[in-house]
Amino acid sequence: MTDHAAIRLTGLTKEFGALTAVDHIDLEIAAGEFFSMLGPSGSGKTTVLRLIAGFEQPTSGTVELFGADVTRSAPFDREVNTVFQDYALFPHMSVIDNVAYGLRVRGVGRAERRDRAMRALAAVRLEQFASRKPAQLSGGQRQRVALARATVVEPKVLLLDEPLGALDLKLREQMQVELKQLQRELGITFIFVTHDQEEALTLSDRIAVFHDGRIEQLGTPRELYERPASRFVADFVGTTNLFGAEHARTVLGRDGEFSVRPEKLSLSASAPTAVGVRSAAGTLVETIYLGSAIRRVIDLDDGPRISVLQRNDRAREEDDLRGDRVHVSWHDEDIVALVPPGG
Amino acid sequence: MRLGTATRIALGTVTAVILAIVYIPLLVVLANSFSTSTSLSWPPPGFTLEWWARAFQSEGALDAISTSVVVAIVSTAVALVLGTLISLALQRFSFFGRDAVSLLVILPIALPGIITGIALNNFFRTILGVPLSIWTVVIAHATFCIVTVFNNVIARLRRMGINLEEASADLGAGVWTTFRLVTFPQLRSALLAGGLLAFALSFDEIIVTTFTAGSGVTTLPIFILNNMFRPNQAPIVAVIAVVLVVVSIVPIYLAQRLSGSEQTRR
Repeated sequence: MTDHAAIRLTGLTKEFGALTAVDHIDLEIAAGEFFSMLGPSGSGKTTVLRLIAGFEQPTSGTVELFGADVTRSAPFDREVNTVFQDYALFPHMSVIDNVAYGLRVRGVGRAERRDRAMRALAAVRLEQFASRKPAQLSGGQRQRVALARATVVEPKVLLLDEPLGALDLKLREQMQVELKQLQRELGITFIFVTHDQEEALTLSDRIAVFHDGRIEQLGTPRELYERPASRFVADFVGTTNLFGAEHARTVLGRDGEFSVRPEKLSLSASAPTAVGVRSAAGTLVETIYLGSAIRRVIDLDDGPRISVLQRNDRAREEDDLRGDRVHVSWHDEDIVALVPPGG
Repeated sequence: MRLGTATRIALGTVTAVILAIVYIPLLVVLANSFSTSTSLSWPPPGFTLEWWARAFQSEGALDAISTSVVVAIVSTAVALVLGTLISLALQRFSFFGRDAVSLLVILPIALPGIITGIALNNFFRTILGVPLSIWTVVIAHATFCIVTVFNNVIARLRRMGINLEEASADLGAGVWTTFRLVTFPQLRSALLAGGLLAFALSFDEIIVTTFTAGSGVTTLPIFILNNMFRPNQAPIVAVIAVVLVVVSIVPIYLAQRLSGSEQTRR
């Protein structure tokens, strides 16, 4: 990524009074990338999005769009468009007028803008709702109108601020697929803000994990999940078993802090003997049925309470006994060393 | 909430008495406008439509009505423009002294009319050296009409939030286009409600008007006051009073319905 970065943020900082919402962020996002900004609320991800859109002015630092400095440009002079969290559809306009709005204010003729708006509505399968008012649509339909409205003006970058947050689970999963397809068809950069780690893992080419106004880790979903750099990332992205310094020594026999994913662990009645496999003894305290998987909670004799995820591939009712003695085993390469906080 | 029987009866009685005190005199005026007595004596000795016919031929009364309508329309128009601009400034921008300005804008409606009247009278005549006319009345009325527009518009702006305006800017609309296509349509019913209230306030205002009207400028309330105790004019005044009541009820009723339906819709 050199001069072709769709977005380049340099030393971007935003302070609200005494609070530093965004703290010296440097970031490059490539053209055509599906990029997610993931983090808990208050981590600064939405503020970064608003700085890119131009709704906020940074305290210091710059925002570049395809090599051009737009730090001081007004939102209406930036070739980025936003899908808002609450959709922000104009309640007094019909669906088609909402979608055609960006074309109308750019002076596109009536016939052409109607045409293009209808095509954008067709892309989200809402042509038959063109003359309705937003209030007459369901949440998922409003969401799709917001998408059509933002994409009809052919932005170079589309910003999405937790766009699926207000939808129920089934609809959210369906919209995730649609978003991914839409991004491939349009071939433009999507910058997606979410606090839902699963959503970020599913959709993104790359993810930036935000924490306290900084980027804690930047990488592909696989890198973040398999090789979390810090305790925060390991814990926030997926679920994990954390070993602090003391337990790392007693259980893993290593110095430092470590993370190991529940599905990387296996259970057996006796200690395994295979080469490269290590194990620890413990007591089964809980079995949680998850449908596609079974989660087992084990108190290790020398260490913390950990969780093991097993595929639900055969009836295992006979091992659902609490208090059973078990051996938890793992491959050494599945143990991920974490950078200590502040290190 | 449940109330005891005694409490309910007591509260019901109080409410009935208060409503009676407010509305019975209005009904008496209505009856007087059809009475054959010229001195508003009670009970009315007979029924006649004579006063209604005379009222609608009385040049003074008709002049007064048209003066009042002009004053109310112009001061409402001024209030709509200025009130909207002030609301936008105070709600969408932050600047030094914003709270102070907010208070200064609302104050005129709380100030005693007689103070506003004397102050403006003095200001117009001795400081500006402007002769009193219908336009000095318009300016005086606009000072308190602005408040009703301001209150309605700023409440709407607050509820509307900045999301729609940000979405408009995001889609490429400049500040003025955003106002015309997004903000203004959202404000329309608030402007109507505020405007109707402003109109009603101006239409029956008398104290400030007395101090700011030039000679020969007679608004309807002033006309009524002048004619109330003149022989043979009292029944005509009663007719005008009935007309005034009707003219004031309609805008207030509409304004209330507008803001009421807005609230339930959201």
